[in-house]
Amino acid sequence: MRLDIILRVLAKLLIPFALVFGLYVQFHGDYGPGGGFQAGVIVAAAVIFYALIYGLPAARRVVPTEMVQSLMAIGVLLYSGVGIASILLGGNYLDYFVLGADPVSGQHRGIFWVEMGVLITVASVMLKIFYVFAGRRRDAEEAEE
Amino acid sequence: MATGSRSEIILEELTAVVLLTLMGAAAIGMARQRNLYGVVLLSGIYSFLMATVMVVLDAVDVAMTEAAVGAGISTVLLFGAIHLTGGTESKPIHRPWLPLLVVVATGAMLVYGTLGLPAFSDPGAPIHQHVAPRYLTEGPVKTGVPNVVTAVLASYRGFDTLGETFVVFTAGIGVIALLGRRRPRRPLDKSREESKE
Repeated sequence: MRLDIILRVLAKLLIPFALVFGLYVQFHGDYGPGGGFQAGVIVAAAVIFYALIYGLPAARRVVPTEMVQSLMAIGVLLYSGVGIASILLGGNYLDYFVLGADPVSGQHRGIFWVEMGVLITVASVMLKIFYVFAGRRRDAEEAEE
Repeated sequence: MATGSRSEIILEELTAVVLLTLMGAAAIGMARQRNLYGVVLLSGIYSFLMATVMVVLDAVDVAMTEAAVGAGISTVLLFGAIHLTGGTESKPIHRPWLPLLVVVATGAMLVYGTLGLPAFSDPGAPIHQHVAPRYLTEGPVKTGVPNVVTAVLASYRGFDTLGETFVVFTAGIGVIALLGRRRPRRPLDKSREESKE
Protein backbone atom coordinates (compact mmCIF):
# COMPACT_ATOMS: atom_id res chain seq x y z
CA MET A 1 0.00 0.00 0.00
CA ARG A 2 2.77 2.43 0.98
CA LEU A 3 4.42 2.27 -2.45
CA ASP A 4 1.37 3.14 -4.52
CA ILE A 5 2.59 6.68 -5.06
CA ILE A 6 0.80 7.21 -8.39
CA LEU A 7 -2.52 6.05 -6.97
CA ARG A 8 -2.07 8.22 -3.90
CA VAL A 9 -1.28 11.37 -5.87
CA LEU A 10 -4.08 10.71 -8.36
CA ALA A 11 -6.56 10.07 -5.56
CA LYS A 12 -5.64 13.38 -3.94
CA LEU A 13 -6.26 15.09 -7.29
CA LEU A 14 -9.52 13.31 -8.11
CA ILE A 15 -11.36 13.13 -4.77
CA PRO A 16 -12.04 16.90 -4.46
CA PHE A 17 -13.46 16.90 -7.98
CA ALA A 18 -15.61 13.86 -7.19
CA LEU A 19 -17.00 15.62 -4.10
CA VAL A 20 -17.68 18.85 -6.01
CA PHE A 21 -19.36 16.82 -8.77
CA GLY A 22 -21.52 15.19 -6.08
CA LEU A 23 -22.59 18.63 -4.84
CA TYR A 24 -23.24 19.73 -8.44
CA VAL A 25 -25.43 16.69 -9.07
CA GLN A 26 -27.29 17.45 -5.81
CA PHE A 27 -27.92 21.16 -6.29
CA HIS A 28 -28.26 21.12 -10.08
CA GLY A 29 -30.81 18.29 -9.84
CA ASP A 30 -33.61 20.83 -10.29
CA TYR A 31 -32.33 21.78 -13.75
CA GLY A 32 -30.42 18.75 -15.06
CA PRO A 33 -30.13 15.06 -14.37
CA GLY A 34 -29.37 14.17 -10.79
CA GLY A 35 -30.73 14.49 -7.29
CA GLY A 36 -30.30 13.12 -3.81
CA PHE A 37 -29.86 9.44 -4.66
CA GLN A 38 -27.21 10.00 -7.32
CA ALA A 39 -25.36 12.66 -5.35
CA GLY A 40 -25.39 10.50 -2.20
CA VAL A 41 -23.82 7.59 -4.05
CA ILE A 42 -21.18 9.84 -5.65
CA VAL A 43 -20.22 11.36 -2.27
CA ALA A 44 -20.04 7.88 -0.72
CA ALA A 45 -17.96 6.64 -3.66
CA ALA A 46 -15.48 9.49 -3.15
CA VAL A 47 -14.95 8.49 0.51
CA ILE A 48 -14.78 4.78 -0.44
CA PHE A 49 -12.11 5.69 -3.03
CA TYR A 50 -10.17 7.45 -0.27
CA ALA A 51 -10.50 4.36 1.94
CA LEU A 52 -9.33 2.04 -0.86
CA ILE A 53 -6.16 4.07 -1.50
CA TYR A 54 -5.25 5.31 1.98
CA GLY A 55 -6.67 2.45 4.06
CA LEU A 56 -9.73 2.07 6.20
CA PRO A 57 -8.30 3.63 9.41
CA ALA A 58 -7.47 6.84 7.53
CA ALA A 59 -10.99 7.03 6.11
CA ARG A 60 -12.45 6.38 9.57
CA ARG A 61 -10.41 9.31 10.91
CA VAL A 62 -11.84 11.61 8.21
CA VAL A 63 -15.43 10.31 8.42
CA PRO A 64 -15.91 8.56 11.80
CA THR A 65 -18.21 5.55 12.01
CA GLU A 66 -20.32 7.12 14.77
CA MET A 67 -20.95 10.17 12.59
CA VAL A 68 -21.97 7.96 9.63
CA GLN A 69 -24.37 6.02 11.85
CA SER A 70 -26.03 9.18 13.18
CA LEU A 71 -26.26 10.68 9.68
CA MET A 72 -28.17 7.60 8.48
CA ALA A 73 -30.97 8.50 10.86
CA ILE A 74 -30.60 12.28 10.46
CA GLY A 75 -31.33 12.08 6.73
CA VAL A 76 -34.55 10.13 7.23
CA LEU A 77 -35.56 12.44 10.09
CA LEU A 78 -34.89 15.50 7.91
CA TYR A 79 -37.17 14.10 5.19
CA SER A 80 -39.92 13.22 7.68
CA GLY A 81 -39.37 16.59 9.37
CA VAL A 82 -40.29 18.41 6.14
CA GLY A 83 -43.61 16.55 6.31
CA ILE A 84 -44.12 17.54 9.95
CA ALA A 85 -43.22 21.15 9.14
CA SER A 86 -45.85 21.28 6.40
CA ILE A 87 -48.45 19.93 8.85
CA LEU A 88 -47.49 22.58 11.41
CA LEU A 89 -47.80 25.30 8.77
CA GLY A 90 -51.33 24.19 7.99
CA GLY A 91 -50.93 21.82 5.05
CA ASN A 92 -51.03 18.07 4.58
CA TYR A 93 -48.05 15.79 5.24
CA LEU A 94 -45.30 16.58 2.65
CA ASP A 95 -47.47 19.33 1.15
CA TYR A 96 -44.75 21.79 0.14
CA PHE A 97 -47.03 24.62 -1.00
CA VAL A 98 -47.32 26.00 2.54
CA LEU A 99 -43.56 26.06 3.19
CA GLY A 100 -42.78 29.36 1.44
CA ALA A 101 -44.25 32.81 0.88
CA ASP A 102 -45.85 31.66 -2.40
CA PRO A 103 -46.59 28.08 -3.56
CA VAL A 104 -43.68 27.87 -6.05
CA SER A 105 -41.05 28.99 -3.55
CA GLY A 106 -42.63 26.58 -1.02
CA GLN A 107 -42.19 23.76 -3.54
CA HIS A 108 -38.56 24.82 -4.08
CA ARG A 109 -37.85 24.80 -0.35
CA GLY A 110 -39.58 21.48 0.21
CA ILE A 111 -37.78 19.75 -2.66
CA PHE A 112 -34.43 21.18 -1.51
CA TRP A 113 -34.70 19.79 2.04
CA VAL A 114 -36.22 16.49 0.93
CA GLU A 115 -33.36 15.94 -1.54
CA MET A 116 -30.94 16.89 1.22
CA GLY A 117 -32.41 14.21 3.47
CA VAL A 118 -32.10 11.64 0.67
CA LEU A 119 -28.46 12.67 0.05
CA ILE A 120 -27.51 12.32 3.72
CA THR A 121 -29.18 8.94 4.21
CA VAL A 122 -28.00 7.38 0.93
CA ALA A 123 -24.40 8.58 1.32
CA SER A 124 -24.12 7.44 4.94
CA VAL A 125 -25.81 4.06 4.38
CA MET A 126 -23.53 3.27 1.41
CA LEU A 127 -20.51 4.31 3.44
CA LYS A 128 -21.61 2.35 6.50
CA ILE A 129 -22.14 -0.83 4.46
CA PHE A 130 -18.64 -0.41 3.00
CA TYR A 131 -17.13 0.21 6.44
CA VAL A 132 -18.80 -2.92 7.82
CA PHE A 133 -17.69 -5.11 4.89
CA ALA A 134 -14.13 -3.81 4.84
CA GLY A 135 -13.85 -3.69 8.64
CA ARG A 136 -14.95 -7.29 9.03
CA ARG A 137 -11.91 -8.48 7.11
CA ARG A 138 -9.68 -6.44 9.39
CA ASP A 139 -11.39 -7.76 12.52
CA ALA A 140 -11.10 -11.35 11.25
CA GLU A 141 -7.38 -10.88 10.58
CA GLU A 142 -6.88 -9.41 14.04
CA ALA A 143 -8.69 -12.37 15.59
CA GLU A 144 -6.47 -14.80 13.69
CA GLU A 145 -3.36 -13.08 14.99
CA MET B 1 -36.32 8.70 -28.73
CA ALA B 2 -38.76 8.97 -31.64
CA THR B 3 -37.74 12.57 -32.37
CA GLY B 4 -35.14 13.29 -35.04
CA SER B 5 -34.55 12.20 -38.58
CA ARG B 6 -34.84 8.65 -39.85
CA SER B 7 -31.08 8.05 -39.93
CA GLU B 8 -30.82 9.19 -36.29
CA ILE B 9 -33.50 6.71 -35.24
CA ILE B 10 -31.74 3.89 -37.10
CA LEU B 11 -28.45 4.86 -35.44
CA GLU B 12 -30.07 4.81 -31.98
CA GLU B 13 -31.69 1.42 -32.64
CA LEU B 14 -28.34 0.08 -33.84
CA THR B 15 -26.56 1.40 -30.73
CA ALA B 16 -29.17 -0.20 -28.49
CA VAL B 17 -28.90 -3.56 -30.30
CA VAL B 18 -25.09 -3.55 -30.06
CA LEU B 19 -25.21 -2.66 -26.34
CA LEU B 20 -27.84 -5.32 -25.57
CA THR B 21 -25.81 -7.94 -27.47
CA LEU B 22 -22.73 -7.05 -25.43
CA MET B 23 -24.86 -7.30 -22.24
CA GLY B 24 -26.00 -10.76 -23.29
CA ALA B 25 -22.38 -11.77 -23.88
CA ALA B 26 -21.43 -10.43 -20.43
CA ALA B 27 -24.29 -12.39 -18.82
CA ILE B 28 -23.25 -15.64 -20.53
CA GLY B 29 -19.66 -14.96 -19.48
CA MET B 30 -20.79 -14.50 -15.86
CA ALA B 31 -22.73 -17.77 -15.90
CA ARG B 32 -19.79 -19.74 -17.37
CA GLN B 33 -17.03 -18.13 -15.27
CA ARG B 34 -15.84 -20.04 -12.19
CA ASN B 35 -13.41 -17.35 -10.99
CA LEU B 36 -15.52 -14.99 -8.89
CA TYR B 37 -13.21 -11.99 -9.44
CA GLY B 38 -13.94 -12.36 -13.14
CA VAL B 39 -17.67 -12.59 -12.42
CA VAL B 40 -17.60 -9.34 -10.42
CA LEU B 41 -15.64 -7.55 -13.14
CA LEU B 42 -18.12 -8.77 -15.76
CA SER B 43 -21.06 -7.62 -13.63
CA GLY B 44 -19.44 -4.17 -13.42
CA ILE B 45 -19.11 -4.14 -17.22
CA TYR B 46 -22.74 -5.29 -17.47
CA SER B 47 -23.82 -2.35 -15.27
CA PHE B 48 -21.87 0.15 -17.37
CA LEU B 49 -23.48 -1.23 -20.54
CA MET B 50 -26.89 -0.97 -18.86
CA ALA B 51 -26.13 2.65 -17.93
CA THR B 52 -25.26 3.36 -21.56
CA VAL B 53 -28.54 1.78 -22.70
CA MET B 54 -30.31 4.14 -20.27
CA VAL B 55 -28.51 7.10 -21.88
CA VAL B 56 -29.67 5.90 -25.31
CA LEU B 57 -33.23 5.81 -23.90
CA ASP B 58 -32.79 9.42 -22.63
CA ALA B 59 -33.16 8.28 -18.98
CA VAL B 60 -30.05 10.09 -17.78
CA ASP B 61 -31.03 10.07 -14.09
CA VAL B 62 -31.37 6.28 -14.10
CA ALA B 63 -28.12 5.94 -16.07
CA MET B 64 -26.27 7.96 -13.43
CA THR B 65 -27.66 5.81 -10.62
CA GLU B 66 -26.88 2.58 -12.48
CA ALA B 67 -23.28 3.66 -13.20
CA ALA B 68 -22.63 4.82 -9.61
CA VAL B 69 -24.42 2.04 -7.70
CA GLY B 70 -24.26 -0.92 -10.09
CA ALA B 71 -20.82 -0.45 -11.55
CA GLY B 72 -19.16 1.49 -8.72
CA ILE B 73 -20.24 0.66 -5.19
CA SER B 74 -21.66 -2.85 -5.82
CA THR B 75 -18.38 -3.89 -7.46
CA VAL B 76 -16.37 -2.66 -4.48
CA LEU B 77 -18.73 -4.37 -2.00
CA LEU B 78 -18.65 -7.65 -3.97
CA PHE B 79 -14.83 -7.57 -4.07
CA GLY B 80 -14.87 -7.02 -0.31
CA ALA B 81 -17.20 -10.01 0.13
CA ILE B 82 -15.04 -12.22 -2.13
CA HIS B 83 -11.97 -11.28 -0.11
CA LEU B 84 -13.77 -12.74 2.93
CA THR B 85 -15.11 -15.89 1.27
CA GLY B 86 -12.50 -16.87 -1.35
CA GLY B 87 -12.36 -16.34 -5.09
CA THR B 88 -13.48 -19.58 -6.76
CA GLU B 89 -16.98 -20.94 -7.11
CA SER B 90 -17.36 -24.55 -5.93
CA LYS B 91 -18.58 -27.09 -8.47
CA PRO B 92 -22.37 -27.47 -8.50
CA ILE B 93 -23.63 -30.78 -7.10
CA HIS B 94 -26.56 -31.14 -9.52
CA ARG B 95 -26.76 -30.73 -13.26
CA PRO B 96 -28.44 -27.39 -13.94
CA TRP B 97 -31.16 -28.76 -16.27
CA LEU B 98 -34.18 -28.04 -14.04
CA PRO B 99 -33.16 -24.44 -13.20
CA LEU B 100 -32.36 -23.91 -16.90
CA LEU B 101 -35.84 -25.18 -17.84
CA VAL B 102 -37.49 -22.86 -15.27
CA VAL B 103 -35.48 -19.86 -16.50
CA VAL B 104 -36.19 -20.56 -20.18
CA ALA B 105 -39.92 -21.11 -19.50
CA THR B 106 -40.16 -17.88 -17.43
CA GLY B 107 -38.23 -15.95 -20.07
CA ALA B 108 -40.46 -17.27 -22.84
CA MET B 109 -43.56 -16.27 -20.85
CA LEU B 110 -42.18 -12.75 -20.29
CA VAL B 111 -41.34 -12.35 -23.98
CA TYR B 112 -44.86 -13.58 -24.82
CA GLY B 113 -46.21 -10.98 -22.37
CA THR B 114 -44.36 -8.14 -24.12
CA LEU B 115 -46.25 -8.97 -27.34
CA GLY B 116 -49.39 -7.59 -25.69
CA LEU B 117 -47.73 -4.30 -24.77
CA PRO B 118 -48.11 -1.15 -26.90
CA ALA B 119 -45.29 -0.53 -29.38
CA PHE B 120 -42.06 1.00 -28.09
CA SER B 121 -42.35 4.82 -27.59
CA ASP B 122 -45.95 4.80 -28.87
CA PRO B 123 -47.43 8.19 -27.85
CA GLY B 124 -50.91 6.61 -27.60
CA ALA B 125 -49.82 4.07 -24.95
CA PRO B 126 -51.86 4.18 -21.70
CA ILE B 127 -48.81 5.20 -19.64
CA HIS B 128 -48.49 8.41 -21.71
CA GLN B 129 -52.20 9.22 -21.39
CA HIS B 130 -52.84 8.96 -17.62
CA VAL B 131 -50.96 11.43 -15.35
CA ALA B 132 -47.82 11.94 -17.46
CA PRO B 133 -49.25 14.85 -19.55
CA ARG B 134 -50.26 16.65 -16.34
CA TYR B 135 -46.76 16.19 -14.86
CA LEU B 136 -45.17 17.48 -18.07
CA THR B 137 -47.39 20.55 -18.53
CA GLU B 138 -48.13 21.49 -14.90
CA GLY B 139 -44.91 20.31 -13.24
CA PRO B 140 -42.52 23.09 -14.25
CA VAL B 141 -45.18 25.77 -13.58
CA LYS B 142 -46.42 24.50 -10.21
CA THR B 143 -43.09 23.40 -8.71
CA GLY B 144 -40.76 25.84 -10.50
CA VAL B 145 -38.43 22.89 -11.20
CA PRO B 146 -37.55 22.47 -14.90
CA ASN B 147 -36.35 18.84 -14.49
CA VAL B 148 -39.59 16.84 -14.50
CA VAL B 149 -37.86 13.79 -13.00
CA THR B 150 -36.96 15.78 -9.87
CA ALA B 151 -40.44 17.36 -9.70
CA VAL B 152 -42.15 13.96 -9.86
CA LEU B 153 -39.67 12.23 -7.54
CA ALA B 154 -39.55 14.82 -4.78
CA SER B 155 -42.92 16.57 -5.05
CA TYR B 156 -45.66 14.59 -6.84
CA ARG B 157 -44.37 11.26 -5.55
CA GLY B 158 -42.95 12.57 -2.27
CA PHE B 159 -44.47 9.71 -0.26
CA ASP B 160 -42.87 7.09 -2.54
CA THR B 161 -39.49 8.71 -2.19
CA LEU B 162 -39.90 8.90 1.58
CA GLY B 163 -40.59 5.16 1.51
CA GLU B 164 -37.53 4.57 -0.66
CA THR B 165 -35.36 6.55 1.72
CA PHE B 166 -36.68 4.42 4.57
CA VAL B 167 -35.86 1.29 2.53
CA VAL B 168 -32.25 2.46 2.13
CA PHE B 169 -32.12 3.29 5.84
CA THR B 170 -33.56 -0.13 6.77
CA ALA B 171 -31.00 -1.83 4.52
CA GLY B 172 -28.23 -0.01 6.38
CA ILE B 173 -29.70 -0.98 9.76
CA GLY B 174 -29.98 -4.60 8.57
CA VAL B 175 -26.34 -4.72 7.53
CA ILE B 176 -25.27 -3.21 10.87
CA ALA B 177 -27.41 -5.74 12.77
CA LEU B 178 -26.03 -8.71 10.79
CA LEU B 179 -22.38 -7.77 10.26
CA GLY B 180 -21.72 -4.74 12.45
CA ARG B 181 -20.82 -6.66 15.57
CA ARG B 182 -17.22 -7.71 16.03
CA ARG B 183 -18.08 -11.39 16.01
CA PRO B 184 -14.66 -12.94 15.30
CA ARG B 185 -13.44 -11.83 18.74
CA ARG B 186 -16.21 -13.51 20.67
CA PRO B 187 -14.82 -17.10 20.61
CA LEU B 188 -11.54 -15.80 22.07
CA ASP B 189 -13.34 -14.03 24.91
CA LYS B 190 -15.39 -17.13 25.61
CA SER B 191 -12.37 -19.40 25.79
CA ARG B 192 -10.75 -16.92 28.18
CA GLU B 193 -13.83 -16.90 30.40
CA GLU B 194 -13.95 -20.68 30.37
CA SER B 195 -10.29 -20.96 31.35
CA LYS B 196 -10.95 -18.59 34.26
CA GLU B 197 -13.78 -20.77 35.46
